[in-house]
Amino acid sequence: MPFVDAEAAVRGEYDVVVVGSGAGGGQMAYTLTMSGARVLLLEAGRRYEPAVETAMFQTPEMAPLRGTSTPDKPFGFYDATIDGGWQVPGEPYVQSSTEPGARFDWWRARMLGGRTNHWGRIALRNGPYDFKPRSRDGLGFDWPISYADMAPYYDKVELLIGVYGSNEGLENTPSSPAGCLLPPPKPIVSDLLVKKYSATLGIPTIPFHRAVLTRQLDWQSSPAKLHPGNARAQEIIASDMRSRAPCLWATPCGQGCSIRANYQSPTVHLPPALATGKLDILTDAMVAEVTLAGSGRASGVRFVDKHSGKSMEVAARVIVLAASACETVRILLNSRSAQFPQGLANSSGKVGKYLMDTVGSDLSGQIPLLESLPPHNEEGASFGHMYVPWWEYKNQHAGKLAFARGYHIEFGGGRRMPGAYTAAGLEWLTGGSYGRKLKEDARRYYGSMVYFSGRGEMIPNENSYCEIDPQMKDKWGIPVLRFHWRWSDHETRQAAHMQQTFAAIIESMGGRVQKPPQTDGAKAIAPGGSIIHEVGGAIMGSNSRDSVVNEWCQSWDVENLFLADGAPFPSNADKNPTLTIMANSWRVADHILDRMHRREL
Amino acid sequence: MDRRLTLKWMLAAAATPPLVRGLQLFAATEPQPYGTDPKLLETYHPGDLWSLTFTPLQRRQATVLSDTIIPADATSPSASAVGVVDFIDEWISAPYPTQRADRKTVLEGLAWFDAEATRRFARSMADLDEQQLHSICDDISYVPKAKPEILEAAKFFARYRDLTAGGFYTTPQGRQDLGYVGNIPLPRFDGPPLEVLKKVGLA
Repeated sequence: MPFVDAEAAVRGEYDVVVVGSGAGGGQMAYTLTMSGARVLLLEAGRRYEPAVETAMFQTPEMAPLRGTSTPDKPFGFYDATIDGGWQVPGEPYVQSSTEPGARFDWWRARMLGGRTNHWGRIALRNGPYDFKPRSRDGLGFDWPISYADMAPYYDKVELLIGVYGSNEGLENTPSSPAGCLLPPPKPIVSDLLVKKYSATLGIPTIPFHRAVLTRQLDWQSSPAKLHPGNARAQEIIASDMRSRAPCLWATPCGQGCSIRANYQSPTVHLPPALATGKLDILTDAMVAEVTLAGSGRASGVRFVDKHSGKSMEVAARVIVLAASACETVRILLNSRSAQFPQGLANSSGKVGKYLMDTVGSDLSGQIPLLESLPPHNEEGASFGHMYVPWWEYKNQHAGKLAFARGYHIEFGGGRRMPGAYTAAGLEWLTGGSYGRKLKEDARRYYGSMVYFSGRGEMIPNENSYCEIDPQMKDKWGIPVLRFHWRWSDHETRQAAHMQQTFAAIIESMGGRVQKPPQTDGAKAIAPGGSIIHEVGGAIMGSNSRDSVVNEWCQSWDVENLFLADGAPFPSNADKNPTLTIMANSWRVADHILDRMHRREL
Repeated sequence: MDRRLTLKWMLAAAATPPLVRGLQLFAATEPQPYGTDPKLLETYHPGDLWSLTFTPLQRRQATVLSDTIIPADATSPSASAVGVVDFIDEWISAPYPTQRADRKTVLEGLAWFDAEATRRFARSMADLDEQQLHSICDDISYVPKAKPEILEAAKFFARYRDLTAGGFYTTPQGRQDLGYVGNIPLPRFDGPPLEVLKKVGLA
């Protein structure tokens, strides 16, 4: 059972249909098939083979326009994303407003593995506060589960995919049990300078957590921890772990990794799932709606086969949507019937509501200490050896800050592969040199820039949501989403705080900011959707009035319908959502397996 | 220099760009984007995807200017010697918004420079000596200090300098000039060497 065509999928007999092959869908397919369930995985994009398609050591002069980003390849020519971006040809969406601050730009990646192929591999756990934010400050929503419920699944995901990092014991910044994390890579010189000078401001700098193998996975002891009592699953994953090479300390993770040293769904989740013989994968299948059986249960999904353009249906006992938060919402809202005229699973009217992204704001500086350094290799794990976790929990809780939730700081520098914008825009440092002087200046300033990116928590609000546009359809005839977006003062003030913090760090290092920090938070904040951390839209909760799914991400209305992407998140902690999507997906998969074994599904 | 172009650049009033005589701003056939699923493992050369733009005269002008911005020195060759003019030609011939805007900037900028050369020295741009080239470049090399009447020319120079630098430092010779030593597999990552730590006061 491997990659199948649409006709074979329609004929197949499956326990579970999973829609979406990224972090949530990949984990779901993995967990279910390793326990013996028969799974059909549907992906809207094309099949993707990282081992033979990844640009690893290609250099910019081999690419069009020296590899620079274009509307076709928004993160550069060699970025792993295929058929993706904030705009996808033939798949429009609608903004409800043209006001600044009121737009949501929706990233899609129509390919096997979705956006896991290009993501930053930043793999942070949510902390205990992050599951109970309302209890802590009265805003937003609590999760119907706690950190203790998720922790065992964080452990498993870290053991399975491989995450480097360290345990520091800082507030709301969880430690992993011994043996879960791989050793962090050594800091580069700019990391060490940021650490030294941030400390003078009371800002902690610690090893980052990223899904990159700094050494081979522990294939001898991890399989038994991942799949206790399941010899076949242990054998498969042990063999797969042995075939993943550790990082070779070169080439950007965002281009993908042909040696499988970092996590992407098609290199980590799907190969062992395929090895079980229980997984069928159908690509180029654009899911339009969940179909219903007479009993009010879901019977399967209807999709458009992109090869033939035909509308087709597949059936299963259980349906799992993991299409990405907004696409999952779109499928639910487009699943209208006499019984569910507002869309499926929407008796609460909450489908599409409480859409969230991450608060983002950036600032760069030039650090004289880093000028004219002796040439040395700084590529490491491509970026992100260290970061700053949110450090102001106490002051914030005491009401001393003008915003309610925190952010972490991703920062970087180094003597990186020169690109089409290397040595560009140096006038603010050089006074406009050209000729031999420009060449000297380029050598002097190369590698002396340091950037800081804040990644902060957005509180869900009533004005940020999506719905089906009454007119527009995509090229497959499927109605599209219309977005509404509004930041609250909590987010814009947080963005302004980021700017002040970054400028303070840069200046403490003896550096210069190119532009003064932006004090107007509404201008400092990146547009909604631009950080590509979309979550919410079908939140989980403890009752059917206020939420779309229960603690198991099971629809309150349709008992065999589950969600496994970011859509059920009732909050969006500053921690990047991917690790939590995977841990939650594994948790939901275990529940589905349990219920199926008890013949309750 | 064309009087209408002079007026436009002096006044920076550019609602509807006037036609510039002898300057073909848009190619006869529209170039096509490479799409959202291009072949990543092929090696591309300028002209492979889009037909190039420069006339032989514009090429000579671009060569002179690129090599004024990045001349050969003891460490590395000049910009044009490593294909930067081909890169700029590829860049301004591409169908994307940034590149379309740069196409106008570069073609109009080279025309301005050539007209300025004629005005000051009664020679075409491609025939100026180094001193003459520098006398024009010095006036337009830094936007904040450019006189209002040549502000647009200074903006052109800033953009052209960035394109030249980007083209140059993305070649093997440019990478070597900067002391870039990555993109090779390593058995382990050791972090900064001691001499680097000493230089920044960390050891």
